[in-house]
Amino acid sequence: MAKLRQAAIYGKGGIGKSTTTQNLVAALAESGKKVMIVGCDPKADSTRLILHAKAQNSVMELAAEAGSVEDLELEDVLSVGYGGIKCVESGGPEPGVGCAGRGVITAINFLEEEGAYTDDLDFVFYDVLGDVVCGGFAMPIRENKAQEIYIVCSGEMMAMYAANNIAKGIVKYANSGSVRLAGLICNSRNTDREDELIIALAEKLGSQMIHFIPRDNAVQHAEIRRMTVIEFDPTHKQADEYRALANKIVNNKKFVIPTPITMDELEALLMEFGIMEVENTAIIGKTAAELAADALAA
Amino acid sequence: MSALTREETEALIQEVLEVYPEKAKKDRAKHLMINDKELESSKKCITSNRKSLPGVMTMRGCAYAGSKGVVWGPIKDVISISHGPIGCGQYSRAGRRNYYSGTSGVDSFCEMNFTSDFQEKDIVFGGDKKLAKLINEIELLFPLNKGISIQSECPVGLIGDDIEAVAKKAAKELNKPVVPVRCEGFRGVSQSLGHHIANDSVRDWIISNRDGQAFEKTPYDVAILGDYNVGGDAWASRILLEEMGLRVVAQWSGDGTLAEMENTPNVKLNLLHCYRSMNYISRHMEEKYGIPWVEYNFFGPTKIKESLRKIAGFFDDKIKEGAERVIEKYTPMMDAVIAKFKPRLQGKKVMLYVGGLRPRHVVGAYEDLGMEVVGAGYEFAHNDDYDRTIKEMGDATLIYDDVTGYEFEEFVKALKPDLIGSGIKEKYVFHKMGVPFRQLHSWDYSGPYHGCDGFAVFARDMDMTINNPCWNMMQTPWQQKAPGSLLKAAA
Repeated sequence: MAKLRQAAIYGKGGIGKSTTTQNLVAALAESGKKVMIVGCDPKADSTRLILHAKAQNSVMELAAEAGSVEDLELEDVLSVGYGGIKCVESGGPEPGVGCAGRGVITAINFLEEEGAYTDDLDFVFYDVLGDVVCGGFAMPIRENKAQEIYIVCSGEMMAMYAANNIAKGIVKYANSGSVRLAGLICNSRNTDREDELIIALAEKLGSQMIHFIPRDNAVQHAEIRRMTVIEFDPTHKQADEYRALANKIVNNKKFVIPTPITMDELEALLMEFGIMEVENTAIIGKTAAELAADALAA
Repeated sequence: MSALTREETEALIQEVLEVYPEKAKKDRAKHLMINDKELESSKKCITSNRKSLPGVMTMRGCAYAGSKGVVWGPIKDVISISHGPIGCGQYSRAGRRNYYSGTSGVDSFCEMNFTSDFQEKDIVFGGDKKLAKLINEIELLFPLNKGISIQSECPVGLIGDDIEAVAKKAAKELNKPVVPVRCEGFRGVSQSLGHHIANDSVRDWIISNRDGQAFEKTPYDVAILGDYNVGGDAWASRILLEEMGLRVVAQWSGDGTLAEMENTPNVKLNLLHCYRSMNYISRHMEEKYGIPWVEYNFFGPTKIKESLRKIAGFFDDKIKEGAERVIEKYTPMMDAVIAKFKPRLQGKKVMLYVGGLRPRHVVGAYEDLGMEVVGAGYEFAHNDDYDRTIKEMGDATLIYDDVTGYEFEEFVKALKPDLIGSGIKEKYVFHKMGVPFRQLHSWDYSGPYHGCDGFAVFARDMDMTINNPCWNMMQTPWQQKAPGSLLKAAA
């Protein structure tokens, strides 16, 4: 039996992390791998396509009901869905109150203490909220947890900014531990020269674009049925894309300490691909009236 | 005269600083000074109210300690909730010896610990609901409380709980003040910011509650501010003020009540004992209600006399005569105390390290007993405190701000004081070094030390500490120079 591999999926909010993760995990399960998903997002929507549920009862929700996490048993929080995939949601507060980051920390500690990481597992995937806003959301990449990080991104400017920022976060923990950037997953938004752009970004980060997932409505069709494409329509060509991604991850050997780039480098890259225009420094900080006066003088 | 000459003191500071790394040395050097009575301002000589260095043993507390422990805690009919995990409330419970008259758990609550006892789930999901429930439970179980204050512990600020909303709603429902206080421990560099935050919360939620309501005034109304009635201090002070013909309307906040605080805007004069912790509200009342305030010092007969006359100066001849009458009445008693203890204490040297007031305020009391303060420092003073200290201390004496554990020990080794006055954290270090020690935060479970009654207790306590035979028994028999001297000393 192979050693348990723990991977975390990061990326800009709304980029499709949860959907990509669940389709990927379903493909892994289909190929016979034993997988667990740990949702690290107070929205608790990281397992719904696997469990066909609206939202799973989360660790923190149940802990709040019971009094404390010490009152919970592992089977209270662990659900098994499609392909024998084990699902856990850390959960957390409603927006605007409390500390979601602490919820992630508490939930992951609980899983470790309760022995959720069993020997028969091949993979654990952490699906983490958009940005690494505080220590809590960096929990999955600390010592002895996820060692491979996959960043979901697209050819849009903000998604690439976010990917670069996440790479900076990885560097911090990579230097003190064994966490490595394992690749960028391009979840296509159909922007121009998207694949080339992400390949270029990945190269600058010292990593790879592990797979390019084309945009396909099959994903949404499956999603409204609370299913992955793999389960809903295994013959669809989109299912093969996730199988390809799963296969690449199984065989992935390229784990690096990323080399995040500066804002200027990133902007230069975006300009090279025509996403951003060359900045006109003459207009910065000038009001409309001043610009009009300048135009008259010229 | 100080223990050392100016040059020797300077050399001592340099020697002590020598062990620090360059950056720490540079920083700590700014917090140490040699006194020069001629100085007008301390600004060029000492830096204060700055962040302590990591790695040194600072003796400071936190903003929560300043608000809950110092300002709000002693108000006897207000219940102060320690909002957060259990420790802050439990370890600040009843330790400061703020005496009060009243029945604990019925109409007075200072000795009790009210806390929301945060658990992991309260951090993750927020503690507002629990706080609201706690306030309702308090009202049910302790209906004679006159108000509630919410003292924020660190996590409340970290997770951004909206305690103001909870307080507003509860105040409306209960029809009594419910005051949110944002005194999270991580704010500021010491207790000092906690005092300021607490003063501001009194200003915003308490002080104007009775504006426009009828109040039967007299021309002799005063309030005692910044006396926390440690060991009964405020009581020993109040006697003198009342005997000279003044009416004490309020005590802030030792043995004080919410009603007294709300009535304070009606007084003629605010009497400020602890400047550091209550100058903010004094200034506010001066600005808003035109009430002047005067600093006074009730430690030792010299300062008491000075202060009584200074206070009387704000009133008519009746009070001025009253002050003289009080001085005349107590002088023989004070003289008797001095006659008894001065011969036993004459020439003894003292080093002090206390909070924000006492390092300068008790100097006069020691001098009345023939003793000399050769070193003084504050945990959380600001430069206006050091401006005042310069005048009280002798020339070339050592002044240290936010002293580190290491510095304090080294200074004691060099200055060889006969007595150290500081806090519980310092006590046993110096006991083990064989140096007589008195706690000057809690009066070492004694007191009062304020006023004439307090001076008698103060003098007795200093004598029984310094002249205790135990200090001659610090060495084991085989370490004694002359065999048998241990028994002789004890005899």
